[in-house]
Amino acid sequence: MTDTAFNTVQASGSLRKRLMITLIGGTAILALILFFIVRGYAAQIAQNGQDSILEASVSSILDAAILRDGSVEIDFPYASLSMLDTLEDDRVFYAIYQDDELLSGYATLPRPQSVTDRAAFETLVFQETPVRLASASRVLIGASERTEISVVVGQTQDALSGTLNSISRNVAAFGAGFFALVSLLSFWATATTINPLQRLANAVKRRGPQDLRPFDKAVPVEMVPLVSSLNTLMGRLDQSLTQSEDFIAEAAHRVRTPLATVRSYAETTLVRVTKSENRAALRSMIRAIDESSRAAGQLLDHAMITFRADHLDRQKIELVALVQELVTRLEPIAQMKDVELQLTAPLPVEISGDPILIQNAVRNIIDNALKYSPSDAVIIITVDAQDRPKIQVCDQGPGFPPDEIATLTNRFARGNNAKDIVGSGLGLTIAKDVVAAHDGTLEIFNHDKGGACAVLSF
Amino acid sequence: MKYLLVEDNHELANAISSRLQIDGHVIDHADKILDAIAFSDTFEYDLVLLDIMLPDGDGRTFLKHHRDAQKDTPIIVLTARSQVSDRISMLDLGADDYVTKPFDHAELEARCRAVLRRKSGTAQTLLHFGDVTFDPVAGQLSVKNEIVNLRNRELRLFELLLNARGQIFSKQKLVDRLFSYDEDVSENAIEVYIGRLRKHLENTALTITTLRGLGYRLDHD
Amino acid sequence: MRSFIVLGLMLISFAAQANDWEDRQTFSGATPTKTLRILSSTDTSLFKSIIEGFLVENPDVSVEYLVTGTSDIDNIFRKSPNDFDLVISSAMDLQLKLVNDGFADKIDQINHPQWAQWRHSLFAFTIEPAAIVINKDAFAGYDIPQTRQDLIQALRARPDFFTNKLGTYDVRQSGLGFLFATQDARTSETYWRLMEVMGALDTRLYCCSGEMIDDLVSGKIAVAYNVLSSYANARKEIQDKIEVILPADFPTTMMRTILMSKTSENTVTGTEFIKHLLDIQSNSLAPAESLLPALVSAPSQQTISLEPALLTYLDALKRRNFITEWERAVIQ
Repeated sequence: MTDTAFNTVQASGSLRKRLMITLIGGTAILALILFFIVRGYAAQIAQNGQDSILEASVSSILDAAILRDGSVEIDFPYASLSMLDTLEDDRVFYAIYQDDELLSGYATLPRPQSVTDRAAFETLVFQETPVRLASASRVLIGASERTEISVVVGQTQDALSGTLNSISRNVAAFGAGFFALVSLLSFWATATTINPLQRLANAVKRRGPQDLRPFDKAVPVEMVPLVSSLNTLMGRLDQSLTQSEDFIAEAAHRVRTPLATVRSYAETTLVRVTKSENRAALRSMIRAIDESSRAAGQLLDHAMITFRADHLDRQKIELVALVQELVTRLEPIAQMKDVELQLTAPLPVEISGDPILIQNAVRNIIDNALKYSPSDAVIIITVDAQDRPKIQVCDQGPGFPPDEIATLTNRFARGNNAKDIVGSGLGLTIAKDVVAAHDGTLEIFNHDKGGACAVLSF
Repeated sequence: MKYLLVEDNHELANAISSRLQIDGHVIDHADKILDAIAFSDTFEYDLVLLDIMLPDGDGRTFLKHHRDAQKDTPIIVLTARSQVSDRISMLDLGADDYVTKPFDHAELEARCRAVLRRKSGTAQTLLHFGDVTFDPVAGQLSVKNEIVNLRNRELRLFELLLNARGQIFSKQKLVDRLFSYDEDVSENAIEVYIGRLRKHLENTALTITTLRGLGYRLDHD
Repeated sequence: MRSFIVLGLMLISFAAQANDWEDRQTFSGATPTKTLRILSSTDTSLFKSIIEGFLVENPDVSVEYLVTGTSDIDNIFRKSPNDFDLVISSAMDLQLKLVNDGFADKIDQINHPQWAQWRHSLFAFTIEPAAIVINKDAFAGYDIPQTRQDLIQALRARPDFFTNKLGTYDVRQSGLGFLFATQDARTSETYWRLMEVMGALDTRLYCCSGEMIDDLVSGKIAVAYNVLSSYANARKEIQDKIEVILPADFPTTMMRTILMSKTSENTVTGTEFIKHLLDIQSNSLAPAESLLPALVSAPSQQTISLEPALLTYLDALKRRNFITEWERAVIQ
């Protein structure tokens, strides 16, 4: 369970983008469909117009056909072809057949096959140009014979395609306008839809890690399940956080109070007995109690620190004041050992972090220094912000065993020179975990003139 | 000194009381907040040792009551809680210091002394012994009107001998009182401190007498 | 293989030579490198100044100007469209059919009024009414007829005088004559009555306007019907002998047109020539360079439109019917 697992949420696409793409893409498709439908419809209407003129032309020619003395005469009117005049001056072709034998007109003009007795229409290529053809036939009945006259009239489609092009341009302009308008609407709709989500996200972001109150602002219906699960989750988290803290506190209390009792008795007894073997026994006892209580304390501290580091409560902290307070608090213990705590801090140093964690880390480092300091020694504590904000604690004790420096900050690792000194081996680990939670480093080394140094950098 | 000890665990209370009595202090013990308030309203105490988890509530209730009553008796909190969680709120509510259970008696004593010194800086009860003057609260020794800088252990040794003038202290007793149990010192170490103290008190009304085989005694001419 | 090609070329040139041209002239620019072949029904004299003006601007061109009748033009051009670059004819129907049948090249860069062009391929450059032209001597002391009806009455009044002294196009030979006849017939029944009257008086039939005017001047005929007024007006020296009458009932008016062959290899020069021609002719104020009537803007009702209906009388059945009827009236 690390911080990064929670902080690097996998992002798969953006809702806003998805919404925009869907809306705009949908619009584009709609606009295209609209374009093709309208264009197709216009083409059909235009074609119908041309067809009806062609049909009129065909029937006016057919109407002029008469049988006179056994021979066919077709004195078709000027209007038969005149009606086919167009703005684009379309070419006109026709052919007149009697029982499939060409009477006049264009011999090579293709003939649409009439299925019914109504006019047939077809678009075919004639003289390398698409030509719309209409054909119809009529049976002439004379005194002794019966003959079928069929007429094909064709017209190129320049005017038709001109009309279609202009319709297409208009429809395309309309489609583009529609698209632009809907795109604008999409922007607006997307913004309106996304805003509540954004507001919720911002509200969550603004909250500190300690703020686990439920969200009570009104949200759109669709977001209610999300927000209510979020609220439930926060409620459970709040409860479990409280329970964890309470548990740790309770555990500490339960362990420490009896230990305190035993220790006090032992110390009282130690003062009263004089026999040296009894005294030695009591001293071992006290030492054992200290070992276990300290171990328990640091384990609990470590648990608390791990717990807090997972949801760091960052605040503005002034490091010098924080260290000064610690020094003041540790002064009595230092005096007891005739050790001097010397704090050098020329300027205030501000960082953002969890004050309780940092205090604990620094306290552990100074505790260590105090433990390993001989009488009449000085512990030099420096706080400065050169390069990075840092706290350096140097003692005049034996220093770290050089070959173990690398492993000392691991859990329960203790220097092999620490056998006589009470400790759990968690002090440096706690300090390291705390600085790591603040993206800082713990550095330990031995001073040139002897003594150990620890530097917490943030 | 008169101490009020507020602690619900009777065993622990007994242990602390008997250890403090060895140092010559008078202890009143209350095992719940109501009693503690009654005690503190009735008597004057030099110091209150307050456990924070009590059967009828939180020690913070007492702290609040105490400060609301404008009492300046220093309070040292005894806490079994983790150092990280409770500390700040207790100091905010007016505790002067705290020790975490289980505590080293020497540390408790040192903290008590420090708190007392901080609190009653003005209450001057100087002790005069001829040309020697001692300020027990500030822990300051003057010889012939000149301040003598005593190291912590020298001071504590002096205080010990001064408070029981004419009484013999064995070396072992002195080691127990001056050193923490885990400081592995021989009884001879005491001789060093006695030597230093003697030097400071040379040609004064106070003399440290060696009683061979028995120990040391401070005499006043 | 090569000998076949040479033989082929010889045959083609022979075929071209073989045509019986009314006139054939070559105009050369200063430094001719290419030849523009124009097939035309318009007399060379009327076109000369236009061609010369063109050659001044385009010295690298020489123009071969071939003149024949409108029906011949149609036949010749349909047979060998490769041999000619431009076709000029007064037979609007034949010209339109050439375009409709895909023989003409589309020239989009020419901006010409819609009514005076068809498919950007056929461009009109004159507006010319058909006229009744009379010998003034023949009508001395008589009213000059102003309409077809007047003419019918004049003929009926002096049948002996007019017998054998009338002239009109032989519509079987002249494309323009056929066009005028069909348009007249389409407009009014008077045409047929006039033809019957003229037929009864043994009307002479001509292939071309030129001959008709010559005979009119010489007094061989007294009345020529459906003569191109432009031809009559063009000959200044005969104006005192004849009178050109635009029929007041309806003057059938045609437009002379030009098209460029689709197979022409001189499209750039051809286009330039058409532009040059249209520029001159579209200038309605008496074109100085041209003897041809200008293309005045507003076409009258009687101006034959450039429309597909012109194909109507070219239809084999229709033509056969019309000729039959015409022969029945005129030849009798």
